[in-house]
Amino acid sequence: MQQPGRAAEIKANGIGKSFGSFRALDNLSLDIGRGEFLTLLGPSGSGKTTFLMILAGFVQPSEGKLFSDGVDITNRPAEQRAAGMVFQGYALFPHMSVEQNIAFPLKVRKKSAAEIKTRVGEMVERVGLKGHEKKLPAQLSGGQQQRVALARALVFGPGVLLLDEPFSALDKSLRGQMQAEMKRLHQETGTTFVFVTHDQSEALALSSRVAIFNHGKLLQVGRPDEVYDRPANRFVAEFLGEINMLPVKGVRPADNGATGLCEDRAVNMRCKAEAIKGDAILAIRPEDMSIAPEASVNQNGIAATAVASTYLGAATKLDLTTRQGAKVTVSVPNEVAAAALSKGNSVWLTWPAEKGFLLPDGGQ
Amino acid sequence: MRGTLSDRMGAAVLMAPLLLFLILAYAWPFLGVVKWSFTLPTPGLGQYHALLTDELVQSVFIRTLRIAAIVTLVSVTAAYAITVVWVRGSPVQRVLAEFCILVPFWISVLTRAFGWVALLSNRGLINTWLQSIGFISEPLTLVRNEFGVIVGMSHFLIPFAVFPLASAMRSLDERVLLAARGLGSSRMRTFWTVFVPMTRSGIIGSAMITFVFSLGFFVTPAILGGGRSVMIAELIYLRIFQSPDWGLGAAISVVLVVFVGALMALLFRYVKPKQLV
Repeated sequence: MQQPGRAAEIKANGIGKSFGSFRALDNLSLDIGRGEFLTLLGPSGSGKTTFLMILAGFVQPSEGKLFSDGVDITNRPAEQRAAGMVFQGYALFPHMSVEQNIAFPLKVRKKSAAEIKTRVGEMVERVGLKGHEKKLPAQLSGGQQQRVALARALVFGPGVLLLDEPFSALDKSLRGQMQAEMKRLHQETGTTFVFVTHDQSEALALSSRVAIFNHGKLLQVGRPDEVYDRPANRFVAEFLGEINMLPVKGVRPADNGATGLCEDRAVNMRCKAEAIKGDAILAIRPEDMSIAPEASVNQNGIAATAVASTYLGAATKLDLTTRQGAKVTVSVPNEVAAAALSKGNSVWLTWPAEKGFLLPDGGQ
Repeated sequence: MRGTLSDRMGAAVLMAPLLLFLILAYAWPFLGVVKWSFTLPTPGLGQYHALLTDELVQSVFIRTLRIAAIVTLVSVTAAYAITVVWVRGSPVQRVLAEFCILVPFWISVLTRAFGWVALLSNRGLINTWLQSIGFISEPLTLVRNEFGVIVGMSHFLIPFAVFPLASAMRSLDERVLLAARGLGSSRMRTFWTVFVPMTRSGIIGSAMITFVFSLGFFVTPAILGGGRSVMIAELIYLRIFQSPDWGLGAAISVVLVVFVGALMALLFRYVKPKQLV
């Protein structure tokens, strides 16, 4: 149904938006590739939804230009952009049946009755709504309404599909199911997807690239593993998941990386320290640290005392305090956590040199 | 909305005086009217039989239904346009619309009817102006006929038609309209295929209120109809106060009340009372 070449390539050039004195979006430049699944991630008020509305054409940017396949569409009204859009709360037409909802964009485009019938039938099948064609949206479950919204937005073969927190109203298990379904729809249609969410795990699981927003600024764009493992700054590091921050003194370049003192013990880091000299923060994800009975020469390590644990089923989250009072969280096998807690005294908190990254001291 | 028992008791206590007033001032006296319709001048169904055979009464009934239908169409259409501006216009437009909706409530129905006479009569503003620009040579008959009645009644009823529409338009999810536009629908098409159908309950409520009100109109048709376009309420008045034919007047009243009651019952099957304000 979808020609792969039809997926749109979008270029945002210096986009800014002010609402009165409030700066919603500041000097945003971003290239969205053909057929990409890009997630716009950030807390509420970060500008991600404003950017989506600018892409859809519902909001006019105060400055900057927007291009679709090289054509300037900055001033093109929403109804002529042919972007599919799925809204928070779905925004289905309550007075139309499932079938009529899905047929709407085709009717607007004056397709023949026969074509509308075939394409709606295909789409109903594809999103698994067979047997529900004649129902009104109010007679459907949340997940089914979501499917109608997706079908309606994809049926006319849009170059780009815009999704505004589409899963926020669904419970957790349904969410997972819909996420998988959306990934499948993305592969099948080959359309460019731009997806807004404030849920970092959703962003990491779904996207080919993640764009992280805060206070109207685009902070970083990259593949999920890039932004997770090498965040550009402290906000990105913390927003993408739990992370430990350890102060490191006297950082200087060394063979394949950098070296410094953490709680008076020498630590090696594989990450680059070009811009960072002297004091810095070493950031390490909880799953990259482990607990050992004693120090080892192959790994970085500092002494800490286990203070509390949270059982998570597959693993246990263990809270520790280092000698100098830093709070650290590690994710460890359940029995390791139990052993560490029962000992009561100090254990070794270890991590390999290739894990973790350096941030400027106190830097944002 | 379902409150606790004491909440509902409290509401009942607050509602009681209104109910009592309605029973004493309307329901009880009306039972007397019902009695007249069966007893005057002689006991029996004679007056109802007369209703079915009297051509004058029937022509007044038909005229009343026709005028009410036209007034409803005119009022709801005009009110729809005004409400769109009131609910969805720019801040300045909203204030202007609100002013236009509320001011008529402060002016008595009598004043307004005479105002229309001044505008529409043979030597009224409209005819004089049309003659002065040479558009017409003889004055148009704009008043003392159905046209004048329809103009005056619509003018009175438009503000009442606005509120159910406003309620429907305010509760409409803005994102549905954005969705329609995002899917490629022009503003015009979105208005007709999404906005209007989604305000259906408001249109029904508005039409019913206007229609029911129109059926019982007295002052406006009496003044603007000039005795040539008599509607039901005026006919009842004439039967009771001018030709002492209380029995027939009472029977017409009963038929009107039953008819309006049936319409209201129909209305509340489709629209909840809170959607009307």
